[in-house]
Amino acid sequence: MKSTIARKTVVLLGGLVLLVVLLGVADATLNNYYLRILQLIGIYIVLTASLNLTNGFTGDFSLGHAAFMAIGGYTSALLTMPLAARALQLAELPVWFQEFVSPFPLATVLGGILAALVALPVGLVVLRLRGHYLAVATLGLLIIVKSIASNWEPVTRGARGLSGLNAETNLWWAFGWAVITIFVVWRMVHSPFGRSMIAVRDDSVAAASRGVHVFRIRLVAFIMSAFFGGVGGALLAHQLTAITPPTYSFDLTFLIVIMLVIGGSGSVTGSVIGAIIMTILPVILRDLERRFELPGVSQIIIAAALIAFMIFRRQGLMGNRELHPSTWFMKKPATPASVDAPQQ
Amino acid sequence: MTINYILQQLVNGLALGSIYALLAIGLTMVYGILRLINFAHGDLMMLGAYVSSIFISATVVPILLAVLIPTLLIAVMGLIVERTAYKPLRGAPEVAMLITSLGVSRLIQNSTVLALSPQPRAFSLPGDLTKTVNVGGIRFTQLDVLTFLLVIVLMVLLTLYINRSKTGMAMRASSENLQAARLIGINVNWAIGAAFVLGSALAGTAGFLWASRYGIIDPFMGFLPGVKAFVAAVIGGIGSIRGAVVGGVLLGVAEIGFVGFLPPEFSGYRDAFVFSLLLIVLLVRPNGLFGASEVERA
Repeated sequence: MKSTIARKTVVLLGGLVLLVVLLGVADATLNNYYLRILQLIGIYIVLTASLNLTNGFTGDFSLGHAAFMAIGGYTSALLTMPLAARALQLAELPVWFQEFVSPFPLATVLGGILAALVALPVGLVVLRLRGHYLAVATLGLLIIVKSIASNWEPVTRGARGLSGLNAETNLWWAFGWAVITIFVVWRMVHSPFGRSMIAVRDDSVAAASRGVHVFRIRLVAFIMSAFFGGVGGALLAHQLTAITPPTYSFDLTFLIVIMLVIGGSGSVTGSVIGAIIMTILPVILRDLERRFELPGVSQIIIAAALIAFMIFRRQGLMGNRELHPSTWFMKKPATPASVDAPQQ
Repeated sequence: MTINYILQQLVNGLALGSIYALLAIGLTMVYGILRLINFAHGDLMMLGAYVSSIFISATVVPILLAVLIPTLLIAVMGLIVERTAYKPLRGAPEVAMLITSLGVSRLIQNSTVLALSPQPRAFSLPGDLTKTVNVGGIRFTQLDVLTFLLVIVLMVLLTLYINRSKTGMAMRASSENLQAARLIGINVNWAIGAAFVLGSALAGTAGFLWASRYGIIDPFMGFLPGVKAFVAAVIGGIGSIRGAVVGGVLLGVAEIGFVGFLPPEFSGYRDAFVFSLLLIVLLVRPNGLFGASEVERA
């Protein structure tokens, strides 16, 4: 057993080193277009893995992830905006705020924290609901947040949005946060807390009768998910260097849901796979769409693929299973130490 | 603020509310039986508006066709959607159906983009219908009158059908308990199909009314009204047709009231207001006005 743990650590560290080397090579050789796609992959891993906490592991189907992204995005954008841009755009804000420029990493974390702080009262309200009602209520949250972003002129500049941000998001931040998110989500899921989450998902009445504090588990999962949603929103804002209300639309929530579903909600590595596939595929499809001048085709293909997935492979690519790279190099494969979640 | 202004807002609210009611009926019937929020419902309305626009632009055709043909075509469309996308998912977890309906919604929107164009186009009614009639200081258009009449007639017909016909009885039984209905030999697929056909037909009619009201149509116009109509169905009590009508009308009046009676700087928050209303209803009276309660069991 001890050697298994040691082996896991070695494989994990080796994987990290490999990732760093690959990113370094990519950073040095690829042009801006491909770098941006790679950054997007990192950002979407953050978003999908965090959405998995609620939609996948706890079974609370939320459509509000883009709302938390918007909160994180706007917060961080306000905090990092260069002074020159600020004087033009935020003249109505108090003077002390106009002079406070936060470094990007701090702004990202603060964006996540504010999203989590909003998620607390929101969760207290919407998590009384389940299933479809929760989905529509969280969709409502997204529409409410978007309305505020579109109308709170002194702070968000309404439809004009905030622009002139520094392009702070690079490969290292995107994948750094992706690694942190995966680590946190993995540790959460493979802990007593995570077992409670899965119990709540599979049968909340039975879980409650065995002493699981159902509401608290769901609330914590919701807040954690919101935190990383906020972080992802901040990363996205600083990649685009501008932020307007349509950025955080229902389309964005929908894209992340597709990533989660195709990868397999209930699998952390599935989220990573889903995020990678569904970042690259639309890029290729959009390219084809432009070349053949067929507007809408990329969305049609993605939507049709989603429906086909729901009919023929509902559990997504990975289902509840995980990839365990540490077992790939063993002579005799041990049974994967996965969470013993029953099939849905 | 005169009494006339208040009555005027009420008329406008009733007109919008009638359209929500038409949409909400389809959503509530389907949800009642399948526990499915059909996110594509609003997009069927959009298709109805486009079909209707073909007949409106050819002005020779009487207005009746511009209402009737989309109603029939969208009814068929609804059945096709049900049979191809939702039927394979019978017995699947409700989340799978929810995701599928989001996919269907996307598919319909973008197919419209591909087939026509993403650009909005004008939907102008023949002059007579938009002419205003002044009754005691309150302005009606003939369209408003047509809307009310149409909604009332359709409502009466639908209620009679659901209460009197065999299919209607099958639908009510399936809605009460799908498994039990199946056990006693009711063809539940027939009942589900009927719910989709009837609901989609009403969405087709709603498409004509919505487009006439706002004068502009685009491929993405249906999603938000569809979701708002679900809010209306929840307010009325999901599964109840009477509730859907009352909820739709209440929501329309509340939304217009919000815009009409608050200072103009609030009007940007009208969508936020609708969903805040949903949250309040769900918390205070989760089963809506006419809904039966659902108990969570192991």
